[in-house]
Amino acid sequence: MVPSITRRRRRELVIAAVLLAVLIVLPLPIHDVYTRNLFIITLLFAGLAQAWNILGGYCGQISLGHSLYFGIGAYVSTLMFVNGHIPPPVGMIAGGLVAAAGALLVGWPVFRLSGHYYAIATVVVQEIGYLLALNWDLIGGASGVFIPFRGESWLNLQFRTDKLPYFYVALGFAAVTWAVAWWLEGARLGFSWRAVKDDVVAARSLGVRVFRSKMAAAALSGFFTGVGGAIFAQYVGYIDPDSILSGQLAILIALPAVLGGVGTLWGPFLGAAVLIPLREVSSSYLGASGNGFDLMLYGILIMAVALLRPQGLASLGAVFRRNANGAP
Amino acid sequence: MLRIEGLNASYRGLKALQGVSLNVKKGQIVAVVGANGAGKTTLLKSVAGLVTTEGSIVFDGQDLRRLKAHMISRAGIGLVPEGRRLFPRLSVEDNLRLGAYAIAGPDRFKPLELVFSLFPRLQERLAQRAETLSGGEQQMLAIGRALMTQPRLLMLDEPSQGIMPKLVDDIFRAIQRIRDLGLTVLLVEQRLAEALEIADYAYVLQTGRVVMSGKAAEIAADSAVRRAYLGL
Amino acid sequence: MTIETLLQVAVSGLLMGLIYALVAAGLSLIFGLMDVVNFAHGELMMVAMYAAFTLWQMSGLDPFILLPIVAALMFGLGVAIYRLLIARALSVRFNRGMVQIFVTFGLAIFIRGFMQFVYGGEFRSITGTWLANRTANIYGVYLPLPQVAASLVCLLAFAGLLAIGRTEFGRALEATREDREAVALIGIDRDRIFALGWGLGAATVGVAGVMLAGFYYISPNVGANFALIAYVTVALGGFGSMLGALAAGLLIGEVEAITAQLLEPSLKQVGMFAIYLAVLMFRPRGLFGKL
Ligand SMILES: Nc1ncnc2c1ncn2[C@@H]1O[C@H](COP(=O)(O)OP(=O)(O)OP(=O)(O)O)[C@@H](O)[C@H]1O
Ligand SMILES: [Mg+2]
Repeated sequence: MVPSITRRRRRELVIAAVLLAVLIVLPLPIHDVYTRNLFIITLLFAGLAQAWNILGGYCGQISLGHSLYFGIGAYVSTLMFVNGHIPPPVGMIAGGLVAAAGALLVGWPVFRLSGHYYAIATVVVQEIGYLLALNWDLIGGASGVFIPFRGESWLNLQFRTDKLPYFYVALGFAAVTWAVAWWLEGARLGFSWRAVKDDVVAARSLGVRVFRSKMAAAALSGFFTGVGGAIFAQYVGYIDPDSILSGQLAILIALPAVLGGVGTLWGPFLGAAVLIPLREVSSSYLGASGNGFDLMLYGILIMAVALLRPQGLASLGAVFRRNANGAP
Repeated sequence: MLRIEGLNASYRGLKALQGVSLNVKKGQIVAVVGANGAGKTTLLKSVAGLVTTEGSIVFDGQDLRRLKAHMISRAGIGLVPEGRRLFPRLSVEDNLRLGAYAIAGPDRFKPLELVFSLFPRLQERLAQRAETLSGGEQQMLAIGRALMTQPRLLMLDEPSQGIMPKLVDDIFRAIQRIRDLGLTVLLVEQRLAEALEIADYAYVLQTGRVVMSGKAAEIAADSAVRRAYLGL
Repeated sequence: MTIETLLQVAVSGLLMGLIYALVAAGLSLIFGLMDVVNFAHGELMMVAMYAAFTLWQMSGLDPFILLPIVAALMFGLGVAIYRLLIARALSVRFNRGMVQIFVTFGLAIFIRGFMQFVYGGEFRSITGTWLANRTANIYGVYLPLPQVAASLVCLLAFAGLLAIGRTEFGRALEATREDREAVALIGIDRDRIFALGWGLGAATVGVAGVMLAGFYYISPNVGANFALIAYVTVALGGFGSMLGALAAGLLIGEVEAITAQLLEPSLKQVGMFAIYLAVLMFRPRGLFGKL
């Protein structure tokens, strides 16, 4: 298993580089605040979905409680900035590390469970975190934390007049998660996850340390989810348990990967690119009066994709490729 | 009674049956023999509607390939599957009675008498969970459950598997009695001698094809067949 | 803590626990039958609450009388959900586990949106029923009658479920869950059994919903919280085990009542979640789960 860069993997890199270049110039002519916000949120969730994909996709441990790590990252970096004047770029890493530690702490008991027992345990752990945050006054409790404005700068990661820098922060975040996923696909760790996902018993007999490799996936996944949470907090300037630790958010982190294709390199991005704008647009136009129409649409979309494209949207790419090449 | 023509079946591209044709006459025991992996189980599953197939399977003028598996059972075909497939946590009695689930009318449990006369051991163990029965008893229960569906054609997939010789004799005698009562039997077996002894007609299957067929006694007598196709 | 408070806590836990148990029973039934976790289970309960509310508004009849009607409607809804969605989800060839999760999850969101669309987001409640606001006082223990009635009905429904398990249909359910392929060999239509199983599961949670509507607020989001408790209950009791659901429901109810008494009421669920995690450490398949 020499991690040689095959032709396919090299092609993925080229596609990613082109896409990155396009995305770098894309927002420049767009000045509409709403559209830029849409781009930023979409990129952020693309990265989050990719982070989720490390554990849920590549390693096959479907976590329905990832908002816990998102929340941890957001709280750590925010509290460090608000109370300790530590710049968010540092806080972000610290938040990611604490989130990774959290993921390990959660994984230690939870990875002994399997199937639905595991999935439900992830929800429960997240829900415990939510309830504790709601009642812990030291970290703002239910009323949350406002992030004071301390001057426009990259060090403070605060930009008031123009939100464009956030776009690049989110883009960088998404790009890094992609690069990590790309690297993992060729790395030893990636192989052992695939074995764990396919058949735990067989993986064991191949000498894969199942528990350890799950823990590694949890730590990586938790780290990047935490970093995403920190970026989100800095972007919106206010956090509370409902916005960063909720069960709905946990699903929203997992959904793009599911819709796009779990355990695939492009699935989470594709899913985010479709789902997030659709959701934002439908909830701002259709659901403005809280009439529930946006939820109906969202629900139908999820059901339709799950039933019609169980391998995810990324599998459409394979269909196109097959047609283009004229051979299976 | 059962006529199969040009039957193909495959598992994800792997061809398990290729152009199998076979005919089962009413009131006979027809044996299908062949080495491991020849496709015997696949053949029975095809008739029972448990695998997708091409070709034709006609039972008493009815095209079975149009029917779902549960309707094939209701049409009068009983299968005693490989590995028995009992309901392990249900009692012997429940397993038997469930056999009559799709049967209506006051006489729906009537075959119980026949089952108990064939296999008196089952009657002594009615309350026992199926999973606690011995292998031989489980086989009896599987045959009993199939009989409860009141089939006209009973298909058995290696009823002797994992059973000691004394019990095998009992089971083969029971199969003969079932035939003598007017049922038709399609029997898949590895135990060549015993199977050919009670069968009227036999087919030899090899890697998904019928390579030989004839009266059971003739097949049994043909030593070339036995060497070439059955590895004896 | 006085003996009265202690008794009061125990009784409140018992009353709520029986409702939790019944909600969980419907979930467990469907899971046990076909390995599908219904993530729209709480929403089914919410639909039943709204159905009771609407019928009550239209007819002025007490939810008690409406109970069989709503249960029948829910049965039909369960069958329809199976036929339209779940049967398809079971037949996909890739990622079957994930498809099931997200199909039922999408359904949950859809139902929530639909109810919001029809009824709006505000809280509703059924008022002026026979038992509304009545309480009994036994040795200083305060018993709200609507809740007492609800838990008695839940107990009856549980007995009903166990009775169904003893019928021939119940045996067919059990046989289907043990070997869903082999039942075809005895003429059982698995699809039909699954559909009826969904009907039964939905009717079960529907009964809980109607009784809950007698003393609880109704809103499009009311199901989510109960559903989470139901998942915990089912996992704690062991997926597919009816007795497990009952035992775990009661345990969860008691733990919740005790935590609410000892800590802040808003933290009352932390206790049950902690117990759940602790139990799963020692029994990864729940108290009564098959290993
Ligand atoms: N579910 C399945 N998936 C893939 N291949 C299968 C499946 N079932 C059977 N096969 C293949 O089809 C072929 C025929 O199998 P079948 O079980 O019909 O043989 P058999 O004659 O019954 O063998 P045995 O005597 O060992 O029971 C074999 O090569 C087997 O590997
Ligand atoms: Mg076989």
